[in-house]
Amino acid sequence: MIYQDSKTLLAVRGLHATVNGIEILKGMDLTVKSGEVHAIMGPNGSGKSTFAKVLAGHPAYEVTGGEVRFEGGNLLELKPEARARAGVFLGFQYPIEIPGVANSQFLRLAYNTVQAGRGKDELDPLEFDDFVREKMKLLEMNPDFLDRSVNEGFSGGEKKRNEILQMALLEPKLAILDETDSGLDIDALRIVAGGVNQLAHKDNAVVLVTHYQRLLDYIVPDYVHVMESGRIVKTGGKELALELEARGYDWVGAEVKANARLAT
Amino acid sequence: MSTALQNLVNQPYQHGFVTDIEADVAPKGLSEDTIRLISAKKNEPEWLLELRLTAYRHWLTMEEPQWPNVKYPKIDFQAITYYSAPKPKKSLASMDEVDPELLRTFEKLGVPMNERAKLAGVAVDVIFDSVSVATTYKAKLAEVGIIFCSISEAVHEHPELVRKYLGSVIPAGDNYYAALNSAVFTDGSFCFIPKGVKCPMDLSTYFRINTESSGQFERTLIVAEEGASVSYLEGCTAPKFDTNQLHAAVVELVALDNADIKYSTVQNWYAGDENGLGGIYNFVTKRGLCKGVNSRISWTQVETGSAITWKYPSCILRGDNSVGEFYSVALTNHYQQADTGTKMIHLGKNTRSTIVSKGISAGHSNNSYRGLVRIAPTAAGARNYSQCDSMLIGEQCSANTFPYIQVNNPSAKVEHEASTSKIGEDQLFYFAQRGVGAEEAVSMIINGFCKDVFQQLPMEFAVEATKLLGLKLEGSVG
Repeated sequence: MIYQDSKTLLAVRGLHATVNGIEILKGMDLTVKSGEVHAIMGPNGSGKSTFAKVLAGHPAYEVTGGEVRFEGGNLLELKPEARARAGVFLGFQYPIEIPGVANSQFLRLAYNTVQAGRGKDELDPLEFDDFVREKMKLLEMNPDFLDRSVNEGFSGGEKKRNEILQMALLEPKLAILDETDSGLDIDALRIVAGGVNQLAHKDNAVVLVTHYQRLLDYIVPDYVHVMESGRIVKTGGKELALELEARGYDWVGAEVKANARLAT
Repeated sequence: MSTALQNLVNQPYQHGFVTDIEADVAPKGLSEDTIRLISAKKNEPEWLLELRLTAYRHWLTMEEPQWPNVKYPKIDFQAITYYSAPKPKKSLASMDEVDPELLRTFEKLGVPMNERAKLAGVAVDVIFDSVSVATTYKAKLAEVGIIFCSISEAVHEHPELVRKYLGSVIPAGDNYYAALNSAVFTDGSFCFIPKGVKCPMDLSTYFRINTESSGQFERTLIVAEEGASVSYLEGCTAPKFDTNQLHAAVVELVALDNADIKYSTVQNWYAGDENGLGGIYNFVTKRGLCKGVNSRISWTQVETGSAITWKYPSCILRGDNSVGEFYSVALTNHYQQADTGTKMIHLGKNTRSTIVSKGISAGHSNNSYRGLVRIAPTAAGARNYSQCDSMLIGEQCSANTFPYIQVNNPSAKVEHEASTSKIGEDQLFYFAQRGVGAEEAVSMIINGFCKDVFQQLPMEFAVEATKLLGLKLEGSVG
């Protein structure tokens, strides 16, 4: 939802980033205000997932230019865990398995660490158990999730629900959801999207990185951006997603080239 | 390897100080004269000197084992000191007579030598270099008939028991290092739990090597008579030296009918520095004999120290329905090498054994599990379950598994499972993205990995082990 008086949460200017010496982001610009839902779309290899990981501070990526401000501060100088505590959340495209560590233990450690980082109260195991079970209802999750090892042996849908559960627990200001719809059947998609919608409010923002329009039937974006070759080449409203669904991505590229020719 | 991981594995050793104490040290070198000297210093009976000399003569004919998956320069046995004792050496009537310098040393190490100490409820025999300096709670244990004292004392006070059981599980010529130990052992703990007695507290031995170039050759003997049970703990540390020290211990356990012995070790000998300089060679023979029916011997070890670890705490399951267990966490870092595991020898009917081994390798270290499960023709209905998991931290380390399985009875059931995993950048990033720093993340992953073993440790030891693994792997994350 676009609000008139909302603050700028995220301001990305001319961001360049490389992985293994190869430049993936080539001058990325994006402004996200609180209350908004943005969708970043684009063909494979356009840099969508890289952008998500760079914002979260993945160590494999090196920022080579530009700036990222989060609530006015320099996000890039924060370590990944400090970004998380500050309210940046990344929903992973491929959530990582951690054998031997119970989900309940992991979730409580994450919750308490983030709470402590924000100067808020931590919860003991019993209090946390009540708290997390309440949040799990939102995602129609079976309580046995808590006893299983983190993501180990989870189905694709279970892993994604576990991601959104973590979003519900950590209450981020900016949630970047990387291909949260991939690997979900239609029922799981409805549940996951329903969870995100319930968590979105006027003081936070959601950036959806997605390939397909399908997710946007459930989570309606305020802005749709198209990425190509490491930057955003077109921005529109929710109807742009429908157009992309109908016509593919090629025409956007052609339009960009045509505009570039006109400009010279 | 990411910098976070690199920093994590660079935590300094906490117990590397040397105690400045006057010691009675024998000249370096090994000969029959050295052995006679040790025996004379300890005022030993003739039979024990004979046992030592026989072992020594046998040792001279033996070759150092070459099969372990470890590398080290040839040991010069003439450059080692075989006897070193803090002065004055006299028997102590009470804890108040212990040299205050020694008390301070063990206080610093967190070992409760004072019976009023906060870890009350654990009786401790403290071995400093070659001798036992103190044993706590002796009188209280004696009330229920339990003998807990240094082996030197037992030789004098209970010669019939020592003579009956010493070498009955690990004969003097068993292997190269056991033979050496039988020839030159200096001290160790003796523990005897009489028929039907459940030991009311955990017993423990704390080993400390202090003198540079001294070897430690301790000998532990635990006997649980019919229906008796005991839980025994062992801890070890040593100062930092640039040279290597040899530690060749022998531990023998005997469980009679329906007896139960639980032996737990947290081994934290000095491991050498980050370039592999110095550290202890930990060449140890540990074996338990389930002599009686329904007896049970359980080994739990957390091996974090030593430049080289070579040990295979084993169970000989002779009594019908007897049970052997081995739970192990072996952590190697920097240039440490470990070749460790167990042997489960099934002789009796319906004998059962469980092996759970968790190897963690970091830095440039090399960590091997080596285990033997042998089912003899007599062991009808025997069962074994083995699980060997390895975890790698970083790119330069290695992990190996060498399981040997010999089944000579068709009714036996033997299962073996193995896995290898790795703490990688992606796992740490996942934790970081949820607000959790690398130190806590590694600690949680390692504790999850070792859970099955830590559950077997007595409560306060489990806490210590968890902390120790943390110390070994955590540091300030830059």
